[in-house]
Amino acid sequence: MELISQHTKRIMEGCKERAAAAGLRFEEETLEYIVTNRDLLELTPKLMIPTLYDYWVHDVEVLKEKGRYELYPSNPYETVINTRPAISYYNDNNPDWLNVMIFYHVLAHIDFFQNNLYFRHTWDYDFTGQALSDKRMIAQLRSENGRWVDYVIEFARGVDNLVGFHSELSRLSRPPEPPRARMLDYYFDHFLQNVRKVKTGKYIKEIERYNACLRESPEHGEQAFFAEVFRKHPEFDSFYKKSLEAKAERRQDLMQFILEHSEFLTKEQNRWMKPVVEVVRKTSLFFQPQIRTKIMNEGWASYWHEALFLQDDRISGHEVDFARVHAGVTAMPRVGLNPYALGMRLFQHIEELAGKGKYSIEFRRLTDRWERERYDRPKGDRRDFLFKVRENLNDFLFINTFVEQDFVDRFRLFVAGRRLNQARGVWEIYVKSRSVDGYRAMLLGMLYHPPAIDIDREKTGNGSLYLVHRFEGRPLVREFIANTLLGIEFLWGRPVQLETSEAVRSELAGPPSGLPGMHMPLSEERREQELKWQRVRYTMQDRKLTRDVL
Amino acid sequence: MSFPDDEKVYARLKAAGLTAAQEAMIRRELEAGGSHDLTDTDRANGGVGVEAFGRDIYAYHDLDVLQRLAAMQSSASANIRSLDELLGRDRLREQDGFPRKINVGRLIKPGRSGKEKVVIVPTTVEEKLLHDTSSRSEEEQSHGGAGEGEEGEVIGEQPVREEQQPGAAGPGQGEGGSHEIESNAYDLGRILTEKFQLPNLKEKGKKRSLTRYTYDLTDRHRGFGQLLDKKATLRRILETNLHLGNIPDVNRIDPTRFLVAPDDKVYRVLSPEKDYESQALVFFLRDYSGSMEGPSTVLVVAQHVMIYSWLMYQYAMQVETRFILHDTQAKEVPDFYTYYNSKVAGGTQVSSAYTLVNEIVERENLTRDYNIYVFHGTDGDDWDHDGSESLPQLRRMLAYANRVGITIAQHARDEEQRTEVEKYVRGSRLLEEKAKLLRMDVMREDADEPRLIEGIKKLIAD
Repeated sequence: MELISQHTKRIMEGCKERAAAAGLRFEEETLEYIVTNRDLLELTPKLMIPTLYDYWVHDVEVLKEKGRYELYPSNPYETVINTRPAISYYNDNNPDWLNVMIFYHVLAHIDFFQNNLYFRHTWDYDFTGQALSDKRMIAQLRSENGRWVDYVIEFARGVDNLVGFHSELSRLSRPPEPPRARMLDYYFDHFLQNVRKVKTGKYIKEIERYNACLRESPEHGEQAFFAEVFRKHPEFDSFYKKSLEAKAERRQDLMQFILEHSEFLTKEQNRWMKPVVEVVRKTSLFFQPQIRTKIMNEGWASYWHEALFLQDDRISGHEVDFARVHAGVTAMPRVGLNPYALGMRLFQHIEELAGKGKYSIEFRRLTDRWERERYDRPKGDRRDFLFKVRENLNDFLFINTFVEQDFVDRFRLFVAGRRLNQARGVWEIYVKSRSVDGYRAMLLGMLYHPPAIDIDREKTGNGSLYLVHRFEGRPLVREFIANTLLGIEFLWGRPVQLETSEAVRSELAGPPSGLPGMHMPLSEERREQELKWQRVRYTMQDRKLTRDVL
Repeated sequence: MSFPDDEKVYARLKAAGLTAAQEAMIRRELEAGGSHDLTDTDRANGGVGVEAFGRDIYAYHDLDVLQRLAAMQSSASANIRSLDELLGRDRLREQDGFPRKINVGRLIKPGRSGKEKVVIVPTTVEEKLLHDTSSRSEEEQSHGGAGEGEEGEVIGEQPVREEQQPGAAGPGQGEGGSHEIESNAYDLGRILTEKFQLPNLKEKGKKRSLTRYTYDLTDRHRGFGQLLDKKATLRRILETNLHLGNIPDVNRIDPTRFLVAPDDKVYRVLSPEKDYESQALVFFLRDYSGSMEGPSTVLVVAQHVMIYSWLMYQYAMQVETRFILHDTQAKEVPDFYTYYNSKVAGGTQVSSAYTLVNEIVERENLTRDYNIYVFHGTDGDDWDHDGSESLPQLRRMLAYANRVGITIAQHARDEEQRTEVEKYVRGSRLLEEKAKLLRMDVMREDADEPRLIEGIKKLIAD
């Protein structure tokens, strides 16, 4: 791995100036490296983070099937990584004009990393630096504890898709709440109603007293009010503090919970495991936003590399080359979903509508179709709206908010279905639906979505850990349950239970055979009927898995 | 390609009388048509532009899309040492009380060059709690699309079964960029032996001494000998002078000042070298008739690769192999590649293969020099339904072979009944009479890898 040449770096700096002038915001410093195939061989298993910790699974072919992207929420072959400074990787024989295009693409990614709020938790430190020190620590531990370090990594990785990414974000993005207001909420919403169980009349009296205090002195009224409260209910203070703690605890994800409450990990001889679990958790958190903004991120980068490349005066004469490569990247496939193509078109669509002021209340109030079509009352800069979208949304919100019938019609999008043609023994791909509802549902169904596993604190008594899978219409992969629970049991040190839902298949539903010429009578409705769900509980105790139906 | 011989055989059998079921089976193969061409690796897809159906949006990456940089395949050198480590680690897991995690033995097609090449991929999976998307049935799957077409219009096709042949991109390896670890059959054999505790052969043909000596200038001797080894001599002289402190500056060596001791001269002397002769000869017989379509062929071939590898290991690479394909006719093919990749078609006459083996063995007088092993893979269909032609040939074979192993990959549709081959082999009582020599393993065509290994144990165990 070596840095790009001075000549190429100069091109990059030129791109930065132009991108910044167009409104993209990113840190000045970046690092660009030339990578060879050999470098990639080492980089790709480490998710393009050169300093990621070593782990044997990185050297093994990992099962690559449908579930792959659920397992690894990261883009293994990314050109640019979200570090400080941002690092990007290049082929060493790219022509200059192609580098210009890629640089714009990369700069837009960096802009996205550094401004989209879902990346908030990665803004305050450099991940490569952090990873390097973690890698050294793990190497050190490995020299002391041998293969047990790898077991701990393995078991921690077994639950690293369950990290509380959103609670981490909400912790960081929540505006600082005045402590008073929270105390006030607690007093009126919880303390009076649930702890003291006061009558309505008394409750209203308290409100009146509060209002009176405020009227008397808008600044110190609240203080005066609480002074009275503390006098009347001396226990209020401790109740309030306890509630704050409980609230903080409820936010913990599985890994945090284990770290904090596992007796096994607190033992003197096992204490070294904690930082290892912590490293795995941090790494997972770092990658979480990438997979949740794939369409937006690639769309944003494609949108900008097109816009900026076409304005760049340095590359005249290469328009045709550009057109060819650009089309290759962003052409809408006949069947299939290309995040670059889809995201870019959606951004362009939004820009156009925003330019006509169609995201305004006035426009929404219009019902006349003719008027809606002609509507053109620009409000503010069209790109400002785009920048807001880039800052505040993730893939789910992006699709849910902006994929509309107009968009689907404009780009002739459809949901492609697949059905068996028994006579010819082939799958037929057909146009299933052109309605926006179908299209949106199909897109959303494709997005990364790890299962929600909660800790049931009441049932987590007697030392055993009780996990509840919040069922969302999809069961868990059954053959993975045993080993995952085994890992959790190891880290927890006591039995682990998992409650989840599984399909009860009636005998009618044999596995659909795909053989040509064989009888396949199952219609869709019938299958729907046959699928019933039941709650089951898995218990992992002493490395043995048992299952019982609830 | 038609099979005129098949029709003749059929006519002859029909004249001799056939039951309805037997006739149906024969007709099925006759009508299936097809040819024994080698498989094209890049078969054309059914429709235009529908390949991306089911491709995940997360499967697009900048490096690949923008710069055409794909992860490089790890080369052969990257390699067996780590495989050893992996397996060692896996054994330790068991000791530590955790289940094993490494799967070895995904066998992908060997290249035409170097027929010993077998590709093995150690695989593992990191288990997590995940949503199971496969529970949605195949038909409900939908994906994105763009362009013309009314609702309901068919715009393309995909073949139902992606891999009908072992040759077409091995199991689950359609996606590029997988890094496979290539190793030769010897290493695979060792892994199989170690990992699956396949039996070690006890007698490796000690009946006759199969070593002989050749003489060559290979040993080194100091002081005197037949041929001065100049390089080694110079090295020794230098060493001596270094020890004597005769070289003040190692960067500027003056050879004229060297002190030369007689003992420093290194000579090459003639010495006997062991030269091994091949000890084992393995015949691989594969039924490539039309009925072998699909998984049964994959299974049989996979098993044969493993057996081949195992024998390579057991006989320290001294294994010779012959490959025979048969439908109603048997033919010998020159290399494993052809053996592996020939398509299935035509009818079935097991006896043809056995006859050919017997002929080859007799013609070349192979019994004198070799331990002979015969492994036959079939789906159990045979037009010669009572074995009247196969059994005599089998008996002849058992007279000289060290082991005959028959693998029957039974079709799911025949599950209830025994196949023709199984019936007549059992009927002949040869399995009991010659238990040491003849083994048969019957498995279902959807058997998995551990079952396959079990099968091998059964076939080759003492």
